[in-house]
Amino acid sequence: MFDTLTDRLSGTLQGLRGRGRMRPADVDEALAEIRLALLEADVNVAVVRRFLERVRERSVGGEVTASLTPGQQVTKIVNDELIGILGTSPLDIQFASKPPTVVLLAGLQGAGKTTAAAKLAQWCKSQGRNPLLVGADLQRPAAVEQLRTLARSIDVEVWSQAGEASESGDTGDPVACAAGGLAHARQAGRDVLIVDTAGRLAVDAELMTEVAHISDAVEPHYTFLVVDSMVGQDAVATAEAFHSTLEVDGIILTKLDGDARGGAALSVAEVVGRPVAFASVGEKIDDFEQFHPDRMASRILGMGDVMTLIEKAERVYEQDEAEAAAQRLVEGTFTLDDFVDQLRQLRKMGNLQSIVSMMPGVSDQVRNAEIDDDRITTAEAIVLSMTPAERVSPEIIDASRRARIAAGSGTSSAQVSNLLKQFTQMRKMMGGMMGLGSKRRPAGRKAARKRSKGAGRAGGSRTGGGGRATPKGGSRASKPSGKPSVADIDWDALDLKLPGR
Amino acid sequence: MSTTTVLIVVAIFVVATVLLGALPFVHRARQRRSGPAPPHTPVAVSPPPAQRADEPVAAKAPSPATFASGLASSRRTLRDRLASISRRRPDETTWEGLEEALLGADVGVTTTMATLERLRTTAADQGIVDAGELVHALAEGMRTALDADRSLRAIAPEREGATPVWLFVGVNGVGKTTTIGKVGARLSAQGQSVVMAAGDTFRAAATDQLQTWADRCGAELISGSSGADPSSVVHDAVSAAAARGADVVLADTAGRLQNRKNLMDELAKVRRVADREPGAVAETLLVIDATTGQNGLSQARAFAEATDVTGVVLTKLDGSAKGGIVFAIESELGLPVKLVGLGEGPDDLVDFDPDSYVEALLGVDAD
Ligand SMILES: Nc1nc2c(ncn2[C@@H]2O[C@H](COP(=O)(O)OP(=O)(O)OP(=O)(O)O)[C@@H](O)[C@H]2O)c(=O)[nH]1
Ligand SMILES: Nc1nc2c(ncn2[C@@H]2O[C@H](COP(=O)(O)OP(=O)(O)OP(=O)(O)O)[C@@H](O)[C@H]2O)c(=O)[nH]1
Ligand SMILES: [Mg+2]
Ligand SMILES: [Mg+2]
Repeated sequence: MFDTLTDRLSGTLQGLRGRGRMRPADVDEALAEIRLALLEADVNVAVVRRFLERVRERSVGGEVTASLTPGQQVTKIVNDELIGILGTSPLDIQFASKPPTVVLLAGLQGAGKTTAAAKLAQWCKSQGRNPLLVGADLQRPAAVEQLRTLARSIDVEVWSQAGEASESGDTGDPVACAAGGLAHARQAGRDVLIVDTAGRLAVDAELMTEVAHISDAVEPHYTFLVVDSMVGQDAVATAEAFHSTLEVDGIILTKLDGDARGGAALSVAEVVGRPVAFASVGEKIDDFEQFHPDRMASRILGMGDVMTLIEKAERVYEQDEAEAAAQRLVEGTFTLDDFVDQLRQLRKMGNLQSIVSMMPGVSDQVRNAEIDDDRITTAEAIVLSMTPAERVSPEIIDASRRARIAAGSGTSSAQVSNLLKQFTQMRKMMGGMMGLGSKRRPAGRKAARKRSKGAGRAGGSRTGGGGRATPKGGSRASKPSGKPSVADIDWDALDLKLPGR
Repeated sequence: MSTTTVLIVVAIFVVATVLLGALPFVHRARQRRSGPAPPHTPVAVSPPPAQRADEPVAAKAPSPATFASGLASSRRTLRDRLASISRRRPDETTWEGLEEALLGADVGVTTTMATLERLRTTAADQGIVDAGELVHALAEGMRTALDADRSLRAIAPEREGATPVWLFVGVNGVGKTTTIGKVGARLSAQGQSVVMAAGDTFRAAATDQLQTWADRCGAELISGSSGADPSSVVHDAVSAAAARGADVVLADTAGRLQNRKNLMDELAKVRRVADREPGAVAETLLVIDATTGQNGLSQARAFAEATDVTGVVLTKLDGSAKGGIVFAIESELGLPVKLVGLGEGPDDLVDFDPDSYVEALLGVDAD
């Protein structure tokens, strides 16, 4: 029913891009569309108003660049403004020269503070740090136990005072607890201190004062406001209250694995004027990453989030293996065995939905489609039920083999043939990317795109001009065999858009 | 970027394509063929500012004070506007004010437009010329849209002998477990014997949290081990409750985002199992956080489809959020709002009242 913010904006702007000249009426038409898209994405009405004012001012009021068409200009302005709000660069976490680096987490009830505290501790560990968690939520039932359970799974110590206190009904003093945690961190030589606090409403003066006292007691280097990405209009009022109480340094945006359009990120970043530092993308400890505002803006503008994807992949993939697999892919010798291998790698990268949402050029349909990690399991089961011969030459799979495979994997014959069909299609597509397919496209279009993109793509062996370089023309293609190689991939056919390139 | 990294991306790309069961990526290329080449807009990225953690960070965006005052004044004008329009003839500013009031309360674009469209018709029909009357007509219209039957069912219809189960569902962190605690306190105070089922076997310390609530209201808790199948925990609780002749089972479930199909399937199974002899599901209550934006509609649709939701609990209405999304949920999807959470204590639960809800949402008095 609703389109995502990404889809809406890219839809509108694609419309604009198509036109050579743009009249003021076009600007207004685009702005009206953008307004709806932003409101449906939960960006605060006041923030939307200001955003559109700035875009209109800059669109109509000049800054005419000779090299850009009006459509391109609005695209660029919207993009610039989005990045301007989200922050121009990722928050670069600097550990204090005099440890411990103190981090305070605050936010509304249920936003994801406790989970984020544990995730942040794990992240610090991955940076070679030795964190201590402080459970200063002495209010919510079992809050400290929750933190302890999470901390146990990552082998991090928790400091708290709950336990004795909860019996008597007196909940204990979170300020003293946090101060005690700091003293303990110093004593035990922990270089990062992460303080989890109770959820509180911005309108609860007493609890807002309490969190201010906690902050005074530990003097945090970083205060993060934890914000649920499903939050609507109230994000502004809440962020404003927390910021004026605590001077927030950054935002942790949670539950981004959901299908909320996340306009709250824009609202909060605008109010607080600080970047989103981390994104929480699931309930598991590793579902946590540094947030890259420019990538988010690219994502909003429908350009995909290739950088995050690459970073995730690099963490998971063995370079040699990946290179070998990719080589087989372009040679057309990629087997179902390789396929299962890739599936396993993919699973290590996180849930499919979040991976797909980062991919560039994904159609609206796919972005909104329900993608479920069970697909990996099913596909894996099917391939594992095949004989080695079948995995290498899936053509030999006939109806009776199909029935056997279906029975072995607990699937249906239709599911098996579906997978095989897609696998074959994929191989064909790779063939198309190997240059065979490029003939189908008019050379002029490609040349134009290439020029606009400039050089600098990986490999860099393609020559300009009409059509792709023949093996003889390219500097890399010295192999006489005509055997396809990585350098021959027709990147345009793949349509990978790398931001900033 | 090295060739290898790009290759890795290609590999992921390809595998994902296969999994998606489509070739979506040619979609754009095909689209392009018909039109001129889209420009590649360079994105200027400035280098990260050097920043030392032990130094206070210099403000680099509008200072909170400016925005604070800006927002406060915009809120005040909204209220002023709504107050002052009662002294004016309705004009476009009036309509814009009403639109902002609804949008700002998370009612949502579609529902807001539909509501104001109806109001325009009413205003024309009744010849409303006074802006104050218009606001009242709006409030009246919203109240009439909230006309569902919101009574809570103590027993499942046509399953008289069975032990009634109230199942609590919703996305992560909305207040399911806390609401069970409050409902348990209310029912216990009415003299009912309550059994709680710790159906969240996933989240860290979820059972300990519910145990605290069970202790507070004298209910009995039936739990399984961490990671156990939630359906079997709920089934055990229902059987135990039936054996003891308890009046009601309040079943907790783990928070789940509605786009996780496997988790929604799991939930559907929990509901099926809870509805089996000796139990019968009397209420499936979807818990919605008042701060929720437009995603709430998608939550309501998905949970209703998976579990046959019979009512909505609106939590955290004690905060600054207006909870306008449940207006959209009830008026568009027909799911009645039954309970409202107003705090973290056992008594902070009230029945939903359309009149006061609409008044609070519009920031006006009824008459
Ligand atoms: N899907 C998903 N769930 C999350 C994410 N982050 C947190 N959660 C879940 O959200 C719920 C609330 O998280 P908590 O960490 O307990 O939130 P909190 O802010 O500490 O809550 P209070 O202490 O009660 O204010 C839990 O069910 C978490 O598992 C996320 O990124 N994705
Ligand atoms: N102010 C306020 N806080 C509430 C209300 N209801 C719940 N909370 C708080 O919200 C937080 C989350 O509540 P839970 O009951 O743990 O939420 P849940 O839906 O069970 O969470 P998960 O099981 O992690 O998905 C806790 O800190 C509660 O105290 C309410 O009506 N008002
Ligand atoms: Mg917590
Ligand atoms: Mg719970």
